[in-house]
Amino acid sequence: ICFALLCHRTKLILILECQATKTCRKYVDLATNTDNANVKVLIDPKQFSRNEANGIIIIDKLQPRDFHILFVPRRSLLCEQRLKEKGVLNSFTNIDEYILDLIPYDGDLLSMESESSFRECYLENDQTSLYHAAKGLMTLQALYGTIPQIFGKGECARHVANMMLRMKREFAGSQTQILPVFDTLLLLDRNVDLLTPLATQLTYEGLIDEIFGITNGYVKLPPEKFAQKKQGEGGKELPTEPKKLQLNSAEELYAEIRDKNFNAVGAALSKKAKIISAAFEERHNAKTVGEIKQFVSQLPHMQAARSSLANHTSIAELIKDITTSEDFFDSLTVEQEFMTGVDTDKVSTYIEDCIAQKDPLIKILRLVCMQSVCNNGLKQKVLDYYKKEILQTYGYKHILTLKNLERVGLLKPQSTMRNNYPTIRKTLKLWMEDANEQNPNDISYVYSGYAPLSVRLTQVLARPGWRSIEEVLKMLPGPHFEERQQVPTGLHKKRQPGENRTILVFFLGGVTYAEIAALRFLSNMEDSGTEYIIAATKLINGTSWIKSLMDSPEENLP
Amino acid sequence: YYIELYEMGWNLKDGLRDCLVAAAPYGGPIGEFCFITLLRKIVSEYSFVDDLSLCLLQWKSGVVKQLGWTVSDDLLCVQEDGTVLVYDLLGGFKRHFSMGNEVSQSQVLETKIFHSPYGTGVAILTGALRFTLATNIDDIKLRRLPEVPDLQGAPSCWAVLTQDRQSKVLVANGSHLFVLDNTACTPVTPPGLSPQASSIVHMCVSFSYKYLALLTDSGLVWMGTSNLKEKLSEVDTKIKAPPKQMAWCRRPKSQQPSAVVMWDGLLLVVGECKETIQYHLDDDSILVPELDGVRIISGTHHELLQEVPGACEEIFKIASMAPGALLLEAHKEYEKESQKADEYLREIKEQSLLSEAVRQCVEAAGHEHEPETQKTLLRAASFGKCFLSNFPPEQFVSMCRDLRVLNAVRDYTVGIPLSLTQFKQMTIQVLIDRLVYRKLYPLAIEVCCYLKTPEYQGVSRVLKHWACYKVQQKEESDEVIAKAVSVKLADAAGISYSEIATKAYESGRTELAIKLLEFEPRSGEQVPLLLKMKKSPLALSKAIESGDTDLVYTVVMYLKNELNRGDFFMMLRNQPVALSLYKQFCKHQEQDTLKDLFNQDDDHEELGNFYVKASYKEQRLEARIAHLQSAVDEYYKAKKEFSAKTTEDEMRLLRFQRKLEEEKGEQLVGFSLHDTMTTLLSVGLHKHVEQLYKDFRVPDKRFWWLRLKALAEKEDWEELEKFSKSKKSPIGYLPFVEVCIKHHNKYEARKYVSKVTLEQKVKAHLAVGDVEGAAEAAIERRNESEIGTVLSRCAATTDHLLVERLNRAKATVAKK
Repeated sequence: ICFALLCHRTKLILILECQATKTCRKYVDLATNTDNANVKVLIDPKQFSRNEANGIIIIDKLQPRDFHILFVPRRSLLCEQRLKEKGVLNSFTNIDEYILDLIPYDGDLLSMESESSFRECYLENDQTSLYHAAKGLMTLQALYGTIPQIFGKGECARHVANMMLRMKREFAGSQTQILPVFDTLLLLDRNVDLLTPLATQLTYEGLIDEIFGITNGYVKLPPEKFAQKKQGEGGKELPTEPKKLQLNSAEELYAEIRDKNFNAVGAALSKKAKIISAAFEERHNAKTVGEIKQFVSQLPHMQAARSSLANHTSIAELIKDITTSEDFFDSLTVEQEFMTGVDTDKVSTYIEDCIAQKDPLIKILRLVCMQSVCNNGLKQKVLDYYKKEILQTYGYKHILTLKNLERVGLLKPQSTMRNNYPTIRKTLKLWMEDANEQNPNDISYVYSGYAPLSVRLTQVLARPGWRSIEEVLKMLPGPHFEERQQVPTGLHKKRQPGENRTILVFFLGGVTYAEIAALRFLSNMEDSGTEYIIAATKLINGTSWIKSLMDSPEENLP
Repeated sequence: YYIELYEMGWNLKDGLRDCLVAAAPYGGPIGEFCFITLLRKIVSEYSFVDDLSLCLLQWKSGVVKQLGWTVSDDLLCVQEDGTVLVYDLLGGFKRHFSMGNEVSQSQVLETKIFHSPYGTGVAILTGALRFTLATNIDDIKLRRLPEVPDLQGAPSCWAVLTQDRQSKVLVANGSHLFVLDNTACTPVTPPGLSPQASSIVHMCVSFSYKYLALLTDSGLVWMGTSNLKEKLSEVDTKIKAPPKQMAWCRRPKSQQPSAVVMWDGLLLVVGECKETIQYHLDDDSILVPELDGVRIISGTHHELLQEVPGACEEIFKIASMAPGALLLEAHKEYEKESQKADEYLREIKEQSLLSEAVRQCVEAAGHEHEPETQKTLLRAASFGKCFLSNFPPEQFVSMCRDLRVLNAVRDYTVGIPLSLTQFKQMTIQVLIDRLVYRKLYPLAIEVCCYLKTPEYQGVSRVLKHWACYKVQQKEESDEVIAKAVSVKLADAAGISYSEIATKAYESGRTELAIKLLEFEPRSGEQVPLLLKMKKSPLALSKAIESGDTDLVYTVVMYLKNELNRGDFFMMLRNQPVALSLYKQFCKHQEQDTLKDLFNQDDDHEELGNFYVKASYKEQRLEARIAHLQSAVDEYYKAKKEFSAKTTEDEMRLLRFQRKLEEEKGEQLVGFSLHDTMTTLLSVGLHKHVEQLYKDFRVPDKRFWWLRLKALAEKEDWEELEKFSKSKKSPIGYLPFVEVCIKHHNKYEARKYVSKVTLEQKVKAHLAVGDVEGAAEAAIERRNESEIGTVLSRCAATTDHLLVERLNRAKATVAKK
């Protein structure tokens, strides 16, 4: 959306990264350097990606000296100040902002695509992204009515709620009269539930993300599988470009299978295959001209379905190669042991072996962090042992990364306090022994047994309410709270019997696809009576999350 | 045609003869200038449309050429040197601006002040016979218009036009007409202007800039469209003397153009037909063109001249049989309790014109100025309405409301003689503004409440203006004012306290401003003013409160420039949020400052981290080690033993790597310990590896893995076997099997199968492809899942017997 708008107005677009402070200078320099000459620096608009573009300078092709600035996601006084200091502020004909807080990703999903939000909030104590989140929520309320109830858990949640209430006062008197669409807003800190993103997601979409990485709704896949299908046997050249696919609910088949446990995807695909081939068979039955015409009119739809099926069969095969490997199985076993609380206080042989074999560092970090989280901290000896192993194997420069992980609480030495994870696990039923992957009856299917804590909290909030789990809430970090916002009289929603409540769940610090799947599952449950809309600062998985927390200096020695 | 608005009561000895008078449209105020003595000492009197003068101002500045009012009711005084002084409605000096060097050098000859959709503009004819023009005095962009050819002296007349979103000047030089715009001077001719005229002596443009009237020296009035494409009419006034003033008198949508020309003691209305209407004037008067008529101001009277509105004409025409007139008559009879009322009513109803009659009465009431007449008409309308079902009430109700408001503002104490048409055109917003300019706050609030204007645009806005005025009252104490303001404004929504505070600050009351800012809910608004008032600590905490990090940065950067370093750091120290933001900034911009900040806080761990990071930027090993040593020191200070030891290890490793590099020429520096050892093993430097193993206390398990993998990599199977027998393997023997298989050496792999522990036997057998062995082991272990695993690896056809055996075993295990 954003892009089309820019193209519409100008011929050339120049995009520069400009987080409020970080790259302001870069951007000033560029502005200065290009002030007189025709602009040389160009970035292909196709490479435009939302999360990189925090500052945009648009240069009109027809008048090379006409500079425009569009700040994304918000106008920054600091940037303007620096531009002024550099004496270039006046060379811009237009300075404006393109407010881009929440980007709709799907019918029920909004994301701010703020990559480093978790790092900023918990590591650097920079709450800029929370301010944008609050602003985004205000925009949402301006469009869809004041949300009467706000629940939250965690420091950041509290902060966002405070800002929202404050902004509400600021806008007092100017609000529009809109019937509220959302009944409740739930703000959740990511650090309330550190465990979930660390676990390997086992839904179809989750696995695609874990294995190939979904960026901005697109996935890039190794081309081999797709090449064969298309070119038939005689394919001589294998395409080297990765296959790029867009993934969202617009694709009927994908919408159907994305939230299934991967073990149930095969069956769904073969069922679909039968339906499609049956539909194609229909043509033999079509006798009259009318019937043929009808068949032909359905053809484009059917062909699209067939190619979608082919794509997803290929993707499923790619994933299956990995999920059936011994490595994957072993690592999953260890994860599940940790989550059920088996031997979490000892050094894990599996992790040791993985380090010794120099498996990818992020995999190791995910496992170690998981063990630490499930044990509410590791014994100092165990922790130091892991750290030493990691540093000796992967290099001492990772000491900074380890410190970061400690600071955000992913790694920690055991305190004198009792390990409260087992209590939390039992009270919230985080582990379900008999998770049904094919026909799930509980959200635990998304991790084949583990029910994401964050989603459990959401579920309990909807019914029977947080009062029933007061004890557990106290064990989790940060305050929990409830706020009410005055809705203008006459706009109180009178719910029809059978009409669903709508809860907006906002994950501060990111959300995983498996959590989204779990919430969608709750929405679709027959007797739930609640519909969930999901918003997040960023769509994350364990790998991208840990990566955002890493600090590994570049080697500079000759 | 004539409506008397007010009797004037101004206190002038000489009448209006020698005065400059300017009146604002929409019933606006009148400003007046009198030359009293030859010394050119001038007194300006702002008088109002009634006998209450708004203010009297002693004039002290230079010679004033022209007076005018802006759209926001400010008085503009254009001086001879091109300086324009702006006064507010109550005589307070607001500001001044200049019309440019050229104007001040050649002096002002003539000036016109005009209004356009872009605001109030000023056009000046200089002594050099050039025009300079500013379209909006709030955003001054001076434009010098092109020269008019053959202009010897001042042109006979000129006017400003607004066309095509541009202000243009229409100039008459003798009988020639020119249009001046930004770029060119274009000669034009009015279509159909009678040739006998030798010179155009007067011109005027209608209120909407759509029509133009020209008066020639032969006494001819030409009327047409201002784009000079169409002629409407031409009338001979038969008076050849130059007139004092000429103005359009026309109501919107009216088909009849008419202009008013004024001479001494004579007022002439010219229209489409050849006939003219003459009025006699007793006094020297001034014409003020309005949207729907002309106001005539004289020393004693203030009148409105307008074309009689259609509805009024219908009703009040003598012997009118229009439905409205009949209804009015019916109602009169009804009041007299006469049965004639019924007759009249019937007559209307028979023609089924009753609703039309009601509409007429309501409309006519709107155009009447006399409340009694309004009432009579409205009563009649109400009476008629009783006999109608389903007559929509809105028109009647809103007319009653509007009239009530209009009557209130027309009252001589308020003195805004608005007509309904003007009111509709100018909107309620503007009316409220104008009441506010006159400081008639209570009335403005009454009007807002009465008309149910949304609070945000209505009451709140008035209250804000009131508060801004209040804070400028010097005689009251800060406390009293702050309290009064907060009490009055407490419930009003959307008040901008910062605007009020700014006003307070501007009038030198900083303390009051701070007090008022406390009420401001929008931190973003508080901060800039607090900074301006040099209340930086408060500004900082407000910025933090708002959660807007950009705002915090703004304050922090401001403070950084404003304070000395020590104070600046101290202030940040008390504000952790600002401090961490500033640290982020420094991380990217000012590394050294970052170090100072950590030093100040005695944050040794962060300092350690800082040095570690810095060490990686170094290209030279010595420098890097020096940095690392600093890091070690800091870590010890922070009591971070682990970090310190680790960093010491790092230094040791670097030195070791460098030494070996020099000795053996092997690229090592920068490798992790693990990679260093692997590299060394691959080139056979076993002794050195052994040394590292001891020095760095590498755990046995990993050391075994390392050697196993390195040897397999080299395919040194002999050495591997030796190694496997050197000690009991801490990692068991399954890895040996697996690593061999990975290097496609089944033969070697088999050697180790027998050594594998019982638990891993099945796996080991399977790894080398020995299904039978695996089956054996599984059955021996009586482990159901292992039997299952083996089963899944059996081919049903070839291993027929085995499958059977396994199934049997499985059954027995299951039984137990």
